[in-house]
Amino acid sequence: MKRYSAFAIAKEALGYHVGWERAWGNPEPKPEYEVVIVGAGGHGLATAYYLAKNHGITNVVVLEKGWLGGGNTGRNTTIIRSNYLQDPSAEIFELSRRLYEDLSQKLNFNIMFSPRGVLMLAQTEHELRAWERTAHANRLFGIESEMVTPERIKRIVPIINIEGPRYPVLGGLWQARGGTARHDAVAWGYARAASDLGVDIIQQCEVTGIDRDEHGVTGVRTSRGAIRCKKLCIVVAGHSGVLADMAGFRLPVESVPLQALVSEPIKPCIDCVVMANTVHGYMSQSDKGELVIGGGADGYNAYTQRGSFQHVEETVRALTETFPMISRLRMLRQWGGIVDMTGDRSPIISKTPVPGIFINCGWGTGGFKAIPGSGWAMAGLVAKGEDPVAGPFSLDRFTEGRMIDESVAAAVAH
Amino acid sequence: MAHRLPSGGLVIDRSKPVEFTFNGQKLKGFEGDTLASALLANDQVLLGRSFKYHRPRGLIASGAEEPNALMGVGEGPRFEPNQRATGVELHQGLTARTQNHWPSLGFDVGALNSWIASRAPVFSAGFYYKTFMFPRVAWKHVFEPVIRRAAGLGKPPKEADADEYEHFHVHCDVLVVGGGIAGLSAARAAAANGARVLICEQTPHWGGRALVETETQIGGMSGADWVRGEVTALSGMENVTMRTRCMTSGLYDHGYALLYERVADHVPGAEGTPRHRLWRVRAGRIVVATGALERPIPFANNDVPGVMLASAVRDYVRLWGVAPGEKAVVFTTNDDAYRTALALHEAGVAVAAVLDARAEVKGELPARARAAGIEVRAGYGVAKVKGGKRVKGVEIGRLTGMGQVGGRREELACDLVAMSGGWSPVVHLWSHCGGKLTWDAEAAMFRPDPERGPTGHDGAVNTLACGAANGYLHTDLCLSDGRVAGMSAASATGHSRGEMPEAPEVQAIPQAHPRPLWFMPARGKYAHGTKHFLDYQNDVTAADVQLAAREGYESVEHAKRYTTLGMATDQGKTSNINGLAILADQIGAEIPQVGTTTFRPPYTPISFGAITGRARGPLFKAVRKTPMHDRHAANGADFEPVGDWERPYCFRRMTPEGRESRAQAVTREILNARQKVGLLDASTLGKIVVKGPDAGKFLDLVYTNMMSTLKPGRCRYGLMCNENGFLFDDGVVVRTGEDEFLCHTTSGGADRVHAHMEEWLQTEWWDFQVYTQQVTDQWAQVAVAGPNARKVLEKLGGVDVSDAALPFMSYVEGTLGGLPARIFRISFSGELSYEVAVPANLGLALWEKLAEAGEEFGAMPYGTEALHVMRAEKGFIMIGDETDGTVTPQDLALGWAVSKKKADFIGKRAQERAFLAAKGRKQLVGLATEDPAEVLPDGAHAVKEVKAKSRMITIGHVTSSYFSPTLGRSIAMALIEGGSERMGEVLSFPVAKDKVVKATVVDPVFYDKEGERQNV
Repeated sequence: MKRYSAFAIAKEALGYHVGWERAWGNPEPKPEYEVVIVGAGGHGLATAYYLAKNHGITNVVVLEKGWLGGGNTGRNTTIIRSNYLQDPSAEIFELSRRLYEDLSQKLNFNIMFSPRGVLMLAQTEHELRAWERTAHANRLFGIESEMVTPERIKRIVPIINIEGPRYPVLGGLWQARGGTARHDAVAWGYARAASDLGVDIIQQCEVTGIDRDEHGVTGVRTSRGAIRCKKLCIVVAGHSGVLADMAGFRLPVESVPLQALVSEPIKPCIDCVVMANTVHGYMSQSDKGELVIGGGADGYNAYTQRGSFQHVEETVRALTETFPMISRLRMLRQWGGIVDMTGDRSPIISKTPVPGIFINCGWGTGGFKAIPGSGWAMAGLVAKGEDPVAGPFSLDRFTEGRMIDESVAAAVAH
Repeated sequence: MAHRLPSGGLVIDRSKPVEFTFNGQKLKGFEGDTLASALLANDQVLLGRSFKYHRPRGLIASGAEEPNALMGVGEGPRFEPNQRATGVELHQGLTARTQNHWPSLGFDVGALNSWIASRAPVFSAGFYYKTFMFPRVAWKHVFEPVIRRAAGLGKPPKEADADEYEHFHVHCDVLVVGGGIAGLSAARAAAANGARVLICEQTPHWGGRALVETETQIGGMSGADWVRGEVTALSGMENVTMRTRCMTSGLYDHGYALLYERVADHVPGAEGTPRHRLWRVRAGRIVVATGALERPIPFANNDVPGVMLASAVRDYVRLWGVAPGEKAVVFTTNDDAYRTALALHEAGVAVAAVLDARAEVKGELPARARAAGIEVRAGYGVAKVKGGKRVKGVEIGRLTGMGQVGGRREELACDLVAMSGGWSPVVHLWSHCGGKLTWDAEAAMFRPDPERGPTGHDGAVNTLACGAANGYLHTDLCLSDGRVAGMSAASATGHSRGEMPEAPEVQAIPQAHPRPLWFMPARGKYAHGTKHFLDYQNDVTAADVQLAAREGYESVEHAKRYTTLGMATDQGKTSNINGLAILADQIGAEIPQVGTTTFRPPYTPISFGAITGRARGPLFKAVRKTPMHDRHAANGADFEPVGDWERPYCFRRMTPEGRESRAQAVTREILNARQKVGLLDASTLGKIVVKGPDAGKFLDLVYTNMMSTLKPGRCRYGLMCNENGFLFDDGVVVRTGEDEFLCHTTSGGADRVHAHMEEWLQTEWWDFQVYTQQVTDQWAQVAVAGPNARKVLEKLGGVDVSDAALPFMSYVEGTLGGLPARIFRISFSGELSYEVAVPANLGLALWEKLAEAGEEFGAMPYGTEALHVMRAEKGFIMIGDETDGTVTPQDLALGWAVSKKKADFIGKRAQERAFLAAKGRKQLVGLATEDPAEVLPDGAHAVKEVKAKSRMITIGHVTSSYFSPTLGRSIAMALIEGGSERMGEVLSFPVAKDKVVKATVVDPVFYDKEGERQNV
């Protein structure tokens, strides 16, 4: 792999950039792999990368029915934070946040991790108490996260209206080392690095069936032929239920469209991520200048990756109230992505009832921030049969009732 | 030089001059001008700087597709960045400023990027993914801040918006999008058959291109005259609603459409009108008559100000009477652009030549051009444009078979280049909701596939495209296609009178097929496409797309995201098709295999103000107020939001030392209720009536305890769990009749509980004979709590409230102090307590009567905080404090309220799961701090072992914590692992970096353990 650097750019520029190689390979599928990963989103690609990097397992293929990174990895609002209440969540999201910190250097691909800070507003007494509880939990866990006063909030985000009148800002939970990253680049960076380590990435290759015998999984059938494998990872947020069905088991997940939108680009006006859960909206500004705004999930199950209007309206109302200056800005584009929702709103990283099949799903509205940690834990689980970070997120927690519920903190979104 | 023509201009009124300011300079235009046409008339061709290279840019287009001329318009609370000059109607006093440059538009330091790139194209597609990585900290502190400042377009507004916005909710049979000839024909045909028609047009003028194409005759008259006639006819029809300045922003599922009407942008601050109006339309059928957009041609330096779309050039000439230059070169792949040559010629603007990419040029339009003395060069193209801030000339040459410009070059002097790469139907709306496209190779365009249109609720295609949007570029076909679409739409919505409006006779000039031309590389450094702009605003060139493909970003979505092609504020209206054609060529695929990127709403950006509508300030989440709200406010209440309600947190009285603090007020309120009597407005408490023969059976399933055995006139505290077995709401259930129950819920939980009940009734127990009705708003309720409570009610009289007649947990109806009332003997404070409910309209009267009667007994109102403290003193749980979605009734020592007898209830099976039934779960306990004055912070965690630093293993957390004025010490409730086994144990709570609070585990009932006070 040719290394990316300013020097390389200058050199290639002189030759009008004809010398660049492909970012990732475009191989024909082999008849058999040790590990087949279905889904070339961030989580699937990170799993492939860490299988190769951490565990030396390179006989791996990632199958993607569309284009890599085209699901929720390329549709989310790129928030990265780890100040979660429950220990298992804090564990995986903090691992993830730490991995994000030097991911650009590790992958030699600038994923633009921007630790600009994430601010979660408290706008009711109840929410304030919930954040206080989280702040205590974070401090004891070792996650940097603190309560801030309305005055400090106004200094961090001058465009905010803290006065209400409807829901005055009473305080906030601030994680200075949270932030954002360039979502597409995360997928591309992992794809390039994994490909460099010998992983095959096959796009436009839809899995149409899963083969198993009495011992477990034996392979997959795809739109480009059958592929045998020893282990199979299903990492297909939004369509997890469909793949599980092919494998012959059921999942406790629902698939719903989640809404998002961006404004036209403007010069920098907000320097961190603000999440306002009471009024229901969150906002940050991309490096390009667009206000990136996350909305709610539609109230019905669906597979259409489309924008609907109801949540856009609700979210924009909330943000116009919170940031009055946005009223004269304009919505440039709205879209939807399909998220898997579990009963406790926490993910599943687990073995399945079918030996050899592993599943990673159920990230709900908060999967992007978890990509590195999720891939790391999933790779451990697949390679070694168990992983300390993945452990609590096993499927059997639903039958045991061992929920990891983050809605405690009144959060509507992660 | 661009200038106003001495005559002409269909939409301007030369008798009405308008003054405006551009970059501080006072200029003049006419009513009817757009900001763009007025600037052009004043020879302002340099109107902006591009995103990445800060190259000088001028107008490319005349409408919604304009990528370059973005400006900050207005001042102060009416300032708005990034406005397209082509969409801004000129008005007296308008101020506009160009953006994205420093220090000035003419001299912009950012153009250094362009200079560097001209030496070596270092800012190629995605270059930023390959660099800025070392040292690591530099991204946050150096690179990103610099990039962010350089990026972005206009400046953000600083002030809150001065304008108002509103929403319309409309149903119609047929929504016609687009007021050109196809749309007007469709509307006419649909309306003639009796359908309710809504037709909207994004510009201020009906007629679309018919106003401009003056050589075409419809029904023996000019296009403009025909349009006028149609508009008159339509506006006379009762079943037709017409709107100009109204853009259909998006189509959503089941015929839902969003329309964006710019009511007062051209008359800012006009009294009594909103600035924008958002139409939320549910249409039976939608007719998309959105026309087509002309494509630029990617030749070298095709972005120098003075290079424009050919159709835009003739728009400026014919609609606004403006010549965009003095000497023009027209470069085309089709016949249509000859109209521009003719229009310019007619207007007295010299046309140096028409360069036609086609080897053979025969049609009638070229013939007319030749007849007018215009030189037509077949098989020629532009190699490059000369000039920096304005076109000075073009280098031209013959096109080779490969589509390059080769052979001998010539130079033509000119200050205007009119280009036409053919037309693309506007298929955005068609595609928003799943409509599919088909590639028409002959016409070189994607057009709607009528077999695969968007479908409605019944699975039938509910959207029809017509006219140019449907790929028909000729007038007669547009008209007939529109009529057919209108007829079909009307018929599909049940309106078919068999009326077919007469087809007007059309005299138009037939046109030959275009030659697709996606990329025009020239020689030398122009061979690489680095100066061949596709996406003008984002500075994406042909070379960028090729590089993306080379690096494996072969999917059209990858190429888009890697290069940012089509991601600008114009969303690729002029660039997407050229870009994907270049991509297809690079990867050796056909255009339809590559496909388009996804079209997303809105068609053009819509204001957040319009989306917000009236829901701002006091109307943002309207406050729910109890009937006594104003009285509370007058009584010094400090309100807090509880769900959608506002409830008094406490009542701060005036004292000789000034107004009480919140803490003082709360203490006074508590002690008064404990010692005398307090009044609480409990109206917000959720109230749901459950009625029917199966009501008891239903409630037995919804609550964990048995409700069917409750006797009429009795109350029972009930718990509700979700399917996971966790407690989610609680409240007192009252049996108000044999088949009728009144279920009280928490104030914030009423809607959720009601929805929960309905979901189970509608999806699982649909055969139950039960109705539920929320009556929270119908009743005002006051809790009268304290030792003197009975005396107050007795003074009001009318109902026997003695312990014998109305024992604890019972209920009676009667006339209390002359008011029809329901009285519940229930207590959340642990005191002798009655909750009195009256019809909401009598709420204030009740409150006043109670206050008056209570005066001699020391009655004072108390708020939610006193309520919370008193219930904590009694060890009563509060949903949301002691519960958090992971807590079972058993965890809270409420196992007594979970029936062991019932075969089933929601959550029963879940509670039997291993983890929920396990020992050592977190359980509710009380805490007594070592120092009675120390109040534990809410949410503080107890740890297994205190360590100097993290990580410390936690064993539970504080759920409620107060200073109890009744007991004169702090009290707290907590959920602690194995808590019930830990009585007497001292736990450590590290509440801050170097502070540990110690507290002993005690019984959570701190006050009146035997419950004697409420049972008197």
